[in-house]
Amino acid sequence: MKLQRHGLVAALLAASALLLAGCGSDPVPAGGGAGAPAAGGPAVDCGGKENLSAEGSSAQKNAMDAFVQAYQAACPGHNVAYNPTGSGAGIKQFSAGLVDFGGSDSPLSQEKGEVAAAAERCQGNPAWNLPLVFGPVALAYKIEGVTNLVLTAEVAAKLFNGQITTWNDPAIAALNPGVDLPDTPVKVIYRSDESGTTDNVQQYLAAASKGAWTQGTGKKFNGGVGSGAEKSSGVAQAVAATEGSISYVELSFAQDAKLSIARIDSGSGPVELTAENVGKAIEGAKVIGSGNDLVIDLKGVYAEPAPGSYPLILATYEIVCSQGYDADTAKAVKAFLTVAATTGQANLADAGYAPLPASFQEKLLTAVTAIA
Amino acid sequence: MTDLPVTGGPAGAGDTGVVRGLPVTATIPEGHVRMPDTGPPPAPPPDEPAGATSSRRGDRLFRWLVTGSGAFVVALIGAIGLFLLVQAIPSVLVDQDNFLLSRNFDTEDPANLRFGILDLLLVTVEVSVFALVLAMPVGLGIALFLTQYAPPRLARPFGYLIDVLAAVPSIIFGLWGILVLAPVLEPVAGWLQAHLGGFFLFAPGNSGIAGATVFTAGIVLAVMILPIITSITREVFERTPRTHVEAALALGATRWEVIRIAVLPFGRSGYISASMLGLGRALGETIALTIILAGVQTPFSGSLFDGGATFASKIALSFAELNNDLSAGAYIAAGLVLFVLTFAVNALARAVIARSGAVA
Repeated sequence: MKLQRHGLVAALLAASALLLAGCGSDPVPAGGGAGAPAAGGPAVDCGGKENLSAEGSSAQKNAMDAFVQAYQAACPGHNVAYNPTGSGAGIKQFSAGLVDFGGSDSPLSQEKGEVAAAAERCQGNPAWNLPLVFGPVALAYKIEGVTNLVLTAEVAAKLFNGQITTWNDPAIAALNPGVDLPDTPVKVIYRSDESGTTDNVQQYLAAASKGAWTQGTGKKFNGGVGSGAEKSSGVAQAVAATEGSISYVELSFAQDAKLSIARIDSGSGPVELTAENVGKAIEGAKVIGSGNDLVIDLKGVYAEPAPGSYPLILATYEIVCSQGYDADTAKAVKAFLTVAATTGQANLADAGYAPLPASFQEKLLTAVTAIA
Repeated sequence: MTDLPVTGGPAGAGDTGVVRGLPVTATIPEGHVRMPDTGPPPAPPPDEPAGATSSRRGDRLFRWLVTGSGAFVVALIGAIGLFLLVQAIPSVLVDQDNFLLSRNFDTEDPANLRFGILDLLLVTVEVSVFALVLAMPVGLGIALFLTQYAPPRLARPFGYLIDVLAAVPSIIFGLWGILVLAPVLEPVAGWLQAHLGGFFLFAPGNSGIAGATVFTAGIVLAVMILPIITSITREVFERTPRTHVEAALALGATRWEVIRIAVLPFGRSGYISASMLGLGRALGETIALTIILAGVQTPFSGSLFDGGATFASKIALSFAELNNDLSAGAYIAAGLVLFVLTFAVNALARAVIARSGAVA
C-alpha cells in the first residue's frame, strides 16, 4: 500500500508535468503520454478482470477511446468495452449489473430512483458519480472579414433563439467596438441528433443569459431557428460552408475545420477558449456530492464564472460502485479509472476535451483509491 | 405471383418472380429455356413440380423445405409487425399531440410526449418520389441501351459496372452528396428558386445549410436506386421472346418500333416492379439522408429546398440517446408507419402490374 502511494505521487507529478506541457501551444505527442506511466513505476495496479464492460453516454465516447488506449498501454492484455448507447441506458445497465460501470451526462437522480437502484446493484453500498471527462464547447462562427468576435451569454442566447437576426445588430456591435460587422443574416446551425452537447449549451444559456433564453434545456435543440447538421463533424462542416453562420461544437472539431471561435465575456472582459482558461472554470466547479461522490454543479460555473475562465464546458460522469464489486472487478475498475484520471487525460486534448486540473485530479484519485 | 392474369406475352412478374414467371409463351428458341421441368409441351404455369403422382422422399423433403422457407418469411414479417405494434402502442396512447397530424417530435420527457408523424411522412414521400421520378426514365434508358443498342461485348461489362454502383455504401453516397454534389447544385437550386419560385416545389426552403435539402437528397437517392431499377429491367428486357422481336422486324419495324411493339409491352410489369423495389429502397434509406438533410425548426412546406427528416433518418438521429421505453416507443411508432407505408407502396405496385398485365 505504501509503495502504491509513492507510485501515486510519482504519477501525479508526472501527470501534472504533462498537464503543464499540455497547456502550452504544442500538444504533447501521444508517445510521451503513453511512455510516462511505465517510467513512473507501479502507479497503476494492473490486474483483475481482463475485459471490463461499460455502457452509456455517447458524449464521452471519444474520451473513453483515449482512456482505453492508455489503459491498454499501461496494462497489456486488459481492455474495456464501452458501448455508447446513451446516458439513460448506461445507468439502467449499470443498475441491472450488466456492465461494470456506467457513463452518464448527468449524475444518478434521487427522484427517478436511480440512486436506490444503483445502491442495490452495489450490494447495498452507494454508487459514486465520478466526473472524469470535461470538454469545452466552442461558439464557432463564420463571418466574412470577422475573426475576433466577442459574445456574452445573453447575446449568444438571443442569436440562438432568433431574437437577433443580423450580424450588425447593436447588441453585437456594442461588444465589438471597431469591428466592421456585416449586414448579413445570422444563420444558426445546431446539432440535429440528440446530444449532451446541446443539453449543456442550453443549460449554459439558461443559467447565464440573464433570462434571454426561455426555451428550456434538453438534448434536442429548442431555439426555434436555424438548421441542424448531424454530429459534431457535420456541424463544423456546415459552419465552414455557410456564410454568416454560428453554432456550438466541441473544440477539436472547430479547430479541425479552422473555424473562428468567439471569445466569451462573462463580465470581466473577453475570455478566449484555451486549455488554461477552461482549467480555471473546472477548478471553479463546486462539488455538491458528499465524500467521494463527486457530483458537480456546473450551474455556478455557468452563471458566475471565475474571472478569466471560459465557462462553456460540459462534464460527464463515470458511475461506479463504492463497494460491492467482486475483488477481480474492483481491481480492474480501479486500475482503469486510475489510468483514465492520470495518463489517459494527456490524450484528451486531441479528442476535443479538456484535461483535468491538478486539484480535481487529486479528488478523483482519492475516490478511485477508496473503491473497495 | 402466379395468380396474376397471364395473357399472351407479358407474364405477371412480381419482385422475385421475374425470371420464374416468364417462360409461358408458346415456343421459346434455344438459349432462352429457363424452365425447370423438361416436358416438351409447355406446361401451364409451373405451380407443381413435375407430376403430383411422384412421391419420392426427396420430393417430399424438398417440398417441405420450400414451404418452410415461405412460411418463415411470412412469420418473420408478421413478428416484426407485431413487435412494432406492441412497442408503439403505449407511447401513442400517452401522446399529447395527434399522432398522425402533429408536426412536433418532442420525446425528451417521457411524461410529456408530443409527437406526430406528418412532417416525417411528407419528407419521406417527397424525397422518395422525387428520386423515383429522376431514376425511372434514366434506368429505362440504360436498360434499353444495354439490351437493344449496345453490342454484347460492351453490354456485359457495362452491366457489371452498374451493379457495382449498388455496392457503394450509403455513407459514401451521403458524404459525396453533401460535400461534392451540394456545392455543384447550388447554382441550379438558385436558378430554380429565382425563376420557378412561385410553384411550391421550387419555393425557397427552410434549410439554412447550402445544399442540405430534399433536392440534393433526392438526386443522391436517385443514383442509389438506379442500379436496382436498371439491372432488373435489363433482365426482363433481355427475355423478350425472340419470336415477338422477329415478327416485328418482319413487319418492317424500325428498332424504335420493335422496342415499342415488342420489348416495352413485354417488360412493362417487370420495369414497374423494379421501380417499386427502388422506391422501397428509397423509403428506407437512412445514413445518406441523415448526413445530407438539414434539421429544421419550422414545419415542412413541401419545397424541394426544405430540410427535414425522413422516418428512417429521424430514428437514426435519435437512437443513440434513447433512454426510456416510452420515448423509444415514439420512434418505433414512426417506424411502424414506415412499415405500413412500404406495404401500401408494394400493394399499389401489385395493382399497377396486374392492371398493366391485363391491358397489354
